Amino acid sequence: MELAVLLKQVPDLAEELEIDASGTDLEREWMTLVTNEFDDYALEEALQLRDEAGGSVTCLALDTGSADELLATCLAKGADRAIKVGSFERQPDSHTAARAFATALGRVPHDLVLTGVQAIDDLDGQVGPLVAAELDLPHVSVVTHIAIGPGGRAATVNQEYAGGVVAELEVDLPAVLGVQTSRVTPRYAPVSRVRQLMKTAEMGHVEAPTDGGSGLVVEAMALPQTGAGAEMLGGGADAVADRLVAILRERGLLKA
Amino acid sequence: MSNDILVLVEHRDGVVAESAHELLGRARQLAGSSGGEAVAVVFGSGIDALAGQLGAASRVLTVDDPSLAQPTPAAYQAALVAILRERQPLLALVPNSGIGMDVAAGASAATGLPLAAYATAVEVDGGAPRVTCRIYGGKIDATVRFRDGRGIATVVTGAFPAAAGQVAGSPPVERVALPAADSRVRFVALHRPEAGDVDITREAILVSVGRGIGEQENLEIVGELAGALGGAVSSSRPIVDSGWLPRTRQVGKSGLRVKPKLYLALGISGAPEHLEGMRDAELIVAVNTDPRAPIFGVAHYGATVDLLDLVPALTRRLAG
Ligand SMILES: Cc1cc2nc3c(=O)[nH]c(=O)nc-3n(C[C@H](O)[C@H](O)[C@H](O)COP(=O)(O)OP(=O)(O)OC[C@H]3O[C@@H](n4cnc5c(N)ncnc54)[C@H](O)[C@@H]3O)c2cc1C
Ligand SMILES: Nc1ncnc2c1ncn2[C@@H]1O[C@H](COP(=O)(O)O)[C@@H](O)[C@H]1O
Repeated sequence: MELAVLLKQVPDLAEELEIDASGTDLEREWMTLVTNEFDDYALEEALQLRDEAGGSVTCLALDTGSADELLATCLAKGADRAIKVGSFERQPDSHTAARAFATALGRVPHDLVLTGVQAIDDLDGQVGPLVAAELDLPHVSVVTHIAIGPGGRAATVNQEYAGGVVAELEVDLPAVLGVQTSRVTPRYAPVSRVRQLMKTAEMGHVEAPTDGGSGLVVEAMALPQTGAGAEMLGGGADAVADRLVAILRERGLLKA
Repeated sequence: MSNDILVLVEHRDGVVAESAHELLGRARQLAGSSGGEAVAVVFGSGIDALAGQLGAASRVLTVDDPSLAQPTPAAYQAALVAILRERQPLLALVPNSGIGMDVAAGASAATGLPLAAYATAVEVDGGAPRVTCRIYGGKIDATVRFRDGRGIATVVTGAFPAAAGQVAGSPPVERVALPAADSRVRFVALHRPEAGDVDITREAILVSVGRGIGEQENLEIVGELAGALGGAVSSSRPIVDSGWLPRTRQVGKSGLRVKPKLYLALGISGAPEHLEGMRDAELIVAVNTDPRAPIFGVAHYGATVDLLDLVPALTRRLAG
């Protein structure tokens, strides 16, 4: 089973996001980047599937200048190969990324391409279905419980719907799957090992087109008016607790 | 080309989803300004009768075939692409559901129509759609237009009031032929959640925890607080994914939609997928150390104290 995993870095939501001078993008200069949460799940699933069925895991990331740490982390976790794709100044839109990955995947054997179900920064849709369309492969997103069928010809997956309802689907391989969560908590890579691999590991590079475009024109970006709705209760935990008890009592929400 | 506003209608067990009313209500208003029609698009088997629930639409297009009896993303996508090509609407609104996310991006790639994801507001201005997308886990709003003035938007549940789409009437149904479907993705079975645990949709008070709780051990003090309030513990998705609580406690898009008298959100950021499940609660109190957490946008009261300090302080007052 040849597995390919697509991974990307996204802004750390624990930090404050700011809008740049153009008013149409984030201020990226000091932004802290972290691996997109769902990509960790996709990689863990790939590693688990390889350990069950044999084969290899290849991790791909667009070369945006900061892919080394991301890919070294993949290798530290047990991926077999890491490949940087194209050459980008920053993360492009999903349509452009999908074209680049489709080109790269033309040179990387794959029975299964795994992506994270989504990244927090995509304005123009998910890369997985776009890659699948470019390569004319079947695609299922919001997937859990991937199981490879006999002979590696098909996989069964669960697709999640509202209310905890789940559809079990069978998909012919090769296919692209958007992973929602992995069967086990993603493994951890020791920082020292990642640092070492950043120096010593050999990473492949594949040229890919950098044009395309989402077809969207961003007019403005802004912080939503959060906080507008909530009346903020100041003070420490005790003061807040006092106020809350009063509010709940007033509304008749307290027992006796 | 037309100035129509298309809506992809989801349905299950003969009932159209709430999202269909939300989207059709808005589509009807938008069609008023675009000079087109609000057109409902329904895929399934034996679905003519659903038109009776789609009174907000001017017409209903169906692709009706036994092979569509169950949700099948690839077949839905093929059917949607065929309709988009033929009707060339000004805008197609697709619910941002599991299947909607899947189908919309695939349709965008296949048709070349741009896609605006995570829409929370949609207007028609100067004859062309303008869409506001809530991205970065709810922390940023981006306002976008489509390069050539036409496109697809996936819309977050709850973005528009369902009432505007609950209009009596039974618009005319037009059948569209099933395009050569992609048989590489096949439906096997539908699994429904098992009952047995607490039914959080029936609880009046929910003490809901998110990743801000840090460690599993901390669930204990949260359980004590829920006990003191006479409520139940619910959670965001990561807590369930970690195996700390059963799936039946999950609030949100892929969990349950709740409407308690009190929803106490502890250490939950308020991602759109979570808000979908609880924004209609009567009283929402959010505790989050990040003053910019999107949860404060829907909460009635908020505090930026550490939940691990607040929870015992509150329990003490209620129990004592
Ligand atoms: C298809 C799909 C479906 C999904 N369905 C759901 C769903 O049904 N339900 C759902 O919840 N999510 C769902 N998600 C996931 C969703 O996108 C978010 O990832 C999730 O809601 C985040 O959960 P959280 O708020 O607990 O965690 P985080 O976003 O990590 O937020 C934790 C918060 O805790 C705060 N915090 C940290 N420490 C403390 C402290 N000591 N005291 C107080 N506050 C603290 C932080 O400031 C932060 O805001 C879905 C995602 C996808 C892609
Ligand atoms: N620029 C990128 N580089 C690598 N992987 C990506 C990139 N964009 C998207 N992906 C993959 O596609 C998934 C969905 O991302 P998105 O389409 O941005 O929501 C991510 O979780 C990654 O697995």
